Amino acid sequence: MTRPPEPKVDAALAAAHGLTPEEWQNILAILGRPPSFCELGIFSVMWSEHCSYKSSKKYLRRLPSRGEHVLQGPGENAGCVSIGDGLAVVFKIESHNHPSFIEPRQGAATGVGGILRDIFTMGARPIASLDSLRFGPLEDPKHRYLLHGVVEGIGGYGNSVGVATVGGETTFHECYRGNIVVNAFNLGLVREEGLFLAKAAGLGNPVLYVGSKTGRDGIHGASLLASAEFDETSQSKRPTVQVGDPFTEKCLIEACLEAMATGGIVGIQDMGAAGLTCSSFEMASNAGTGIELDLDRVPQRETNMTPYELLLSESQERMLLVAAAGQEGRLAEIFHRWGLEAVVVGRVTDDGRMRIRFQGQHVVDIPVDPIAKSSPELDRPVREPADLRERQKLDLASVAPEADLPGALAALLDSPNLGSKAWIYRQYDQLVQGNTVLGPGGDAALVRVKLEDGTPTQKGLALAVDCNPRWCWLDPYTGTLAAVAEAARKVACTGARPLALTNCLNFGNPEKPEIMWEFAEATRGLADAASALGTPVVSGNVSFYNETSGRAIHPTPTIAVVGLLEPWERHATSHFSAPGRAIVLLGRTREELGGSEWLALRRGLETGHPPAVDLDHERRLSGLLQAGVAAGLVQSAHDVARGGLAVALARCAIAGAARIGAEISLADAIRPDALLFGESTGRVIVTSARPEELLAKAREAGVPAQRIGSTGGARLRIGPPAGAAWIDAALAELHAIWSRAIPRRLEAA
Amino acid sequence: MFAVVQFPGSNDDRDARFALKSVLGAAAELVWHQRAELPPGTAAVLLPGGFSYGDYLRCGAMAQYSPVMAAVKRFAEAGGPVLGVCNGFQVLCESGLLPGALVRNHHLHFVCSFVTVRVEQAAAPFLSRARPGQLLRLPVKHGEGAYFAPPAQLAQLVESRQIVLRYCEPDGSVTAAANPNGAAANIAGVRNARGNVMGLMPHPEHAVEPAIGGTDGLVLLGSLVDAVSRRGASA
Repeated sequence: MTRPPEPKVDAALAAAHGLTPEEWQNILAILGRPPSFCELGIFSVMWSEHCSYKSSKKYLRRLPSRGEHVLQGPGENAGCVSIGDGLAVVFKIESHNHPSFIEPRQGAATGVGGILRDIFTMGARPIASLDSLRFGPLEDPKHRYLLHGVVEGIGGYGNSVGVATVGGETTFHECYRGNIVVNAFNLGLVREEGLFLAKAAGLGNPVLYVGSKTGRDGIHGASLLASAEFDETSQSKRPTVQVGDPFTEKCLIEACLEAMATGGIVGIQDMGAAGLTCSSFEMASNAGTGIELDLDRVPQRETNMTPYELLLSESQERMLLVAAAGQEGRLAEIFHRWGLEAVVVGRVTDDGRMRIRFQGQHVVDIPVDPIAKSSPELDRPVREPADLRERQKLDLASVAPEADLPGALAALLDSPNLGSKAWIYRQYDQLVQGNTVLGPGGDAALVRVKLEDGTPTQKGLALAVDCNPRWCWLDPYTGTLAAVAEAARKVACTGARPLALTNCLNFGNPEKPEIMWEFAEATRGLADAASALGTPVVSGNVSFYNETSGRAIHPTPTIAVVGLLEPWERHATSHFSAPGRAIVLLGRTREELGGSEWLALRRGLETGHPPAVDLDHERRLSGLLQAGVAAGLVQSAHDVARGGLAVALARCAIAGAARIGAEISLADAIRPDALLFGESTGRVIVTSARPEELLAKAREAGVPAQRIGSTGGARLRIGPPAGAAWIDAALAELHAIWSRAIPRRLEAA
Repeated sequence: MFAVVQFPGSNDDRDARFALKSVLGAAAELVWHQRAELPPGTAAVLLPGGFSYGDYLRCGAMAQYSPVMAAVKRFAEAGGPVLGVCNGFQVLCESGLLPGALVRNHHLHFVCSFVTVRVEQAAAPFLSRARPGQLLRLPVKHGEGAYFAPPAQLAQLVESRQIVLRYCEPDGSVTAAANPNGAAANIAGVRNARGNVMGLMPHPEHAVEPAIGGTDGLVLLGSLVDAVSRRGASA
């Protein structure tokens, strides 16, 4: 059968590939001739926003990425941090927003599959996943469908590959109605000497294609789907969404780890965005070599695939690896045993060129570096949004005080943002691999480290993901400081020391100066907070064009922090763990209601300045929590965040398997609604069996601390030191409201 | 020696080996599905949880045709103890080694949570360490774990005391609310008529350490270790 002729390559076709006129001229200059159709396809994906980071590079360079524990910073598939005794963790968070909006199940599933490959590509066994999800209001049937689909996708894939999903966050807001956010995090464990990089080194070494066969799915997923805004026609992009197969991925994980252990692999890279193209260019560029590929050898699951399709397909569960010469047979045998393809498709050359043959003809012959390294870098204009000052305006004196404090607490617990997320995480295997000490539903997850041979260790890893997008919309700099501070604080609440972070920066269209301003401010906040808290940025991902028909999502810089706790047995839980304990509030409550859930829910206002962030205080607080847990002075610790002190106290009381009440007295002289529902940062509710020692330690550390009550009973009572209680509620009632917040909205329809 | 069968797609194989070997001190080894024989010295077989062959046709349906399953059948027919957990339970039902079938959870969602089960038959080789009526707190994690058998067969299972574990409330009462998946008669685990093959949906291997899931899983796995050491002593 003959193929239709290839289209004529010219400026118009380049524009249809998403390339700008300047980029087209640049291509002509690099090649000294017009590109072939395949070559044009390659330029369009390699220089897409998604693959080249052309709008964000300038800002990402300013992020602190070095630290004493950092073994690998940004630039590889994922970051790597030492956890001592020759062990290291590899982790990253990545977005799959657009595919998940178009096809929620497959979009979310392949998001999980992609992040897993980023981890085991580096030689690490994936041991724990988190996710950060943002949807539109659940009153919208479309978003109930999206929530169902995304959760099924994450569970369906994560459960099948045998990696525990141990935590995450989910919130809902009008701004995500046209563009949801699905960020997937994974962390893997590796021996320091077992770390693998994406390098095509060694002249003449064979290049192997392993994993699934290549089909026509996901072509231009990176360039057209991830690098452009949405509009009414976006549903027609559904064929650009890939389809995942977790069973193949599970086999691929086991086969890759086994193959890596043989010592026969020189470099390895997963075929993610832009598939075979991106992986081969990156590997050659990283090693300063070239590659020759023969497309006829690529395993194909469809007939008559063109070279263009073979190069740009984003079929899932595929890897490219470079073997030491002579080792290819031994490696292929391992992949075949796991039922996977393993074919030599090319070899490493030393002339810095990518030469790709198809049916005996060269369809691509271009230099590697100008495409992989000299991709465009833009300095896009920035402008503060004209309405920013308007957003930040809030005169508290004119905001009517809350007349029904118990009613406000009930309303907050019933809101999807603050209600229990059990409906979601019960659909995830939280336990596989047998290391989950603290699972979803608390502050940070805590995962015990077991060696590859099954030997348990004393090391525990605390993982938390966080962002308050409303705060980032009101003030992206402060909002991002708060996101880093909160994720680190949650990690410290277990007793762990925050080590490093990864981030997924979800923003609107970078061609708009206001969006670029948000991005610049957020990355400035990220840099400042990461430096101050000693948590370098070791990996990350930028997702632009999160808008539909001109409406952008709130800036959503999702931050995930990883911490180390040793020995892990000595940890604090998030909820109250026993009656008769003193309750101590660490940190100070200010009259801060700007950007709060209470203000949005009870007054319909999303205005004001987000609460101030004091990074020095955060550092002292983190140190105190670590020391307090280590000394046995802290039995439970819960971060005070969305919904303020009242919601945090309610969660401490009702989130554990056994509900434990509390009697609280608050003496602060500020308006009661701000005291109960204000969201001042840097606060943690702890319980202690030895409160005097804890208070002394807090004084020493310079952390404000006050004893506010004690645990016990079946009610939550919060009031001033004298007089009637503000809130006095039965735990069973609070629990019923909180646990039904999401299910009742899904059932109504 | 315990043979923990490893199908492509098994996920809890290493966890089962950890529980048997590192926690209970028993010899345990992973056995690849393509092996036609069980390793010499096999005294018990454990079919682990996971998604064998991707569970694509029907949970556990493909695994019954693995070469190793023929060997497991011969082992069971000779009276050797065989325990199937979750996907392993599904494989045993599909293979005809256990009665009944496991179908989609009635609420149509995957469910991962801790449940309470009541021991209905405190007998060797699987539950010699349990008291009759003892309550165990174990995790479940499955999408297709609703036990099903036709009414006549259910009556027969009751008659022949083959129902081993039932989902119940923390106080031991068997209620619909305590049933995580819509299983017939709250059945969480059954055994064959001879009593040497058992399957259950809850995961004992994920409840073997005090601070990670509790230790109720040891009642089950420990019973099996006792049985194996008795078999070893008498052999």
